[in-house]
Amino acid sequence: MELRAVHERCSGCRACELACALANFREMNPAKSALGIEGRFPVPGDYRIHLCDQCGACAEACPEDAIALHGEAYLIDHDLCIGCLLCVDACPHGVLYVHASTETPIKCTLCGACAEICPRGAILMEGGA
Amino acid sequence: MLFGYAGHTVEINLTTGQVTKTPLPEDLARDYIGGRGFVARLLWERISRGTDPFGPQNLLITATGPMSGHLVPASGKTHFGTKSPATGGYADSNMGGHFGPALKYAGYDVLILSGRASRPCYLFIEDETVELRPAEGLWGQGAITTEEELRKELGDEFKIVTIGPAGENRVRFACISHDFGRQAGRTGVGAVLGSKNLKAIAVKGTGGLPVFDVDGLFGKGREAYEKVKAKPGFAGWTPEGTAGITDWVNEVGAFPTRNFQTSFFPGYKNINGRAVVDRLKITDKGCFCCPTPCGKYGKAKTTLGEVYVEGPEYESIAMLGGDCTLGSIEEVAYANYVCDELGLDTISAGGVAAWAMECFEQGILTEEQVGRKIRFGDLESVVYLLEKMAAREGIGDLLAEGVMRASKELGQGSEDFAIHVKGLEWTGYESRNAPGMMLAYMTADIGAHHNRAWALGHDVAGSAASVHDLISAGGSKGKLAKASVSGKADRVIELQHIRPLFDCLGICRLQYMELGFEVENYEELFFLVTGRKMSWPELLQVSERVWHLTRSFSVREIEGFGRRSDYPPPRFFKEPVPDGPNKGHFLSKDELNTLLDEYYAARGWDENGIPTDLTLRRVGLADVADALSAGK
Repeated sequence: MELRAVHERCSGCRACELACALANFREMNPAKSALGIEGRFPVPGDYRIHLCDQCGACAEACPEDAIALHGEAYLIDHDLCIGCLLCVDACPHGVLYVHASTETPIKCTLCGACAEICPRGAILMEGGA
Repeated sequence: MLFGYAGHTVEINLTTGQVTKTPLPEDLARDYIGGRGFVARLLWERISRGTDPFGPQNLLITATGPMSGHLVPASGKTHFGTKSPATGGYADSNMGGHFGPALKYAGYDVLILSGRASRPCYLFIEDETVELRPAEGLWGQGAITTEEELRKELGDEFKIVTIGPAGENRVRFACISHDFGRQAGRTGVGAVLGSKNLKAIAVKGTGGLPVFDVDGLFGKGREAYEKVKAKPGFAGWTPEGTAGITDWVNEVGAFPTRNFQTSFFPGYKNINGRAVVDRLKITDKGCFCCPTPCGKYGKAKTTLGEVYVEGPEYESIAMLGGDCTLGSIEEVAYANYVCDELGLDTISAGGVAAWAMECFEQGILTEEQVGRKIRFGDLESVVYLLEKMAAREGIGDLLAEGVMRASKELGQGSEDFAIHVKGLEWTGYESRNAPGMMLAYMTADIGAHHNRAWALGHDVAGSAASVHDLISAGGSKGKLAKASVSGKADRVIELQHIRPLFDCLGICRLQYMELGFEVENYEELFFLVTGRKMSWPELLQVSERVWHLTRSFSVREIEGFGRRSDYPPPRFFKEPVPDGPNKGHFLSKDELNTLLDEYYAARGWDENGIPTDLTLRRVGLADVADALSAGK
């Protein structure tokens, strides 16, 4: 399974960000989500969905081997992570996030909560193992 | 702990720069819920009788509701309240977008601005950091340009509200702008920001909100999204948004045309929702957490140039299209953009421009006074008037006062077609054969505004059908019979409690009003967010309390306020509609008085429309009753 963005369907409501934070942190706080919605206004006037595609660049950058592939998702081992944030810099999509309340970065777990809530079909959970 | 709320009020004295943070009072949350309720109560308590709307003593209050920012359908609403420069009475205006949720994530339910800065500045909020920053470089810039500049400087995570030149120049119907196309448009809230020398507010919040039952809300919130998606109106409403109602309003003869001379615009198919989608739209643009985005963002090309603009929404189509008689959706969109950039409310600005063009037609305004020839249907005329009023240049200085004051100064019968109530220009529903809607406009607390009680559907269909059902059923195909004026008060009062309740909760009413999403869902969502078990009727009681309070505020602030403040302009009770489905109809003064008599009696107000001592005590406003009887 993987997440796929259909940018032109997005209307910028950011329910995906809320659902992500609720699913992964049980918090009503979009600042703790592992994806981002960018509104490109006033020109060209559209949205871009920034998603993790599990490319593994973060794992390659991690000096502690704290990020590893589990099934289809790269997950952070929070016991091993030293919070150096090299993975955040290495992420080609800018979707590893830093938040003051967490010692380690916030990364997509491929839980699918964003795709499930999206009323527009702009984020899709696709494929199979 | 107050679940659902961020938990704090922050006040900034712009004169001294002092920032004061206080816990949100529990009794305020209990008795007024949030949003509009907070605004109404705080204005009543904090504003002294006789305050000048443009004086440093006036307050500009921003308030969210307990459900703002949560996983609840359409939780992006924010309220702005003040003593209105348009009416001198109670004022609030709300907008969607993302600003209110950001304010809550930063830790604040309520933001109070008092005093006046000595030089142009903007307010910067990043979680605990609250500070005033210089904005000399932004002063004079457009509202959209200012948002673009600040976002470049601060980053995309900041949610920003701005004013344009109209707000700076204290145009009495200047708006507050946000997210490149959302506005708190009405009552001149933008002019009050301008009077305080505040150009913008930028907020970034990274904190979470306390939820009574977070797992329950996550589950119920997801379920609510599914239920909304399953509503028959979901697929029908979203593609065109509010613009989709244009055809129906024309077919039932309620479309403002040529300064409300008539109520049907023959060219409506050229400015309707279909035209927006087919000819302008780039993307749907939704507010925070909304599954049914009304916003259509697009591009329009006219003889005056090409613009990117959100909309036009229905109200802008009605007031710039029908009322100013602009004949193509591109022209309406262009005028809409000009309003947005200048920081003008499209509703009032459209109404003022239409009034000026009728004055010109009748020779009451001359070419010499105006500075050029102006005429209905001419984009250049409309844009000229918008630019003049925003700058208060030449004729614009008179127009910036709004139609009530401008017509009083100009005289010569121009008052008869100055289309307003209480000093606030009328919105997009002509009501000479819609007595419920007429009563709703007459008694709306902020002046002639439709969103306190949209009774037109009831006037036309006699039922509580959702807006989508009404549109689907279609309008009339011929001439309409004259509507009866009796029995309207109860329905109007019911509606005046429903929609303003959503304004207290901090969520948009659209899923309920337009799609028929059941109220039981809101009872449960409110409980999961706040932990308070309140039935829908109990919630409506809060809304009723707020209604009596806002009326009392205007009674206190406006000399001679009462029945005489509730009449529409003479055009609506003297001139029959000249053509269209409602040809020949109007409401006589006697009929208007019948509407008001029934309404005041049902409200528990006296014959002059003043809340009685008994009524105020019944709804939990004993201190207000005491103050009014003491003449304070």
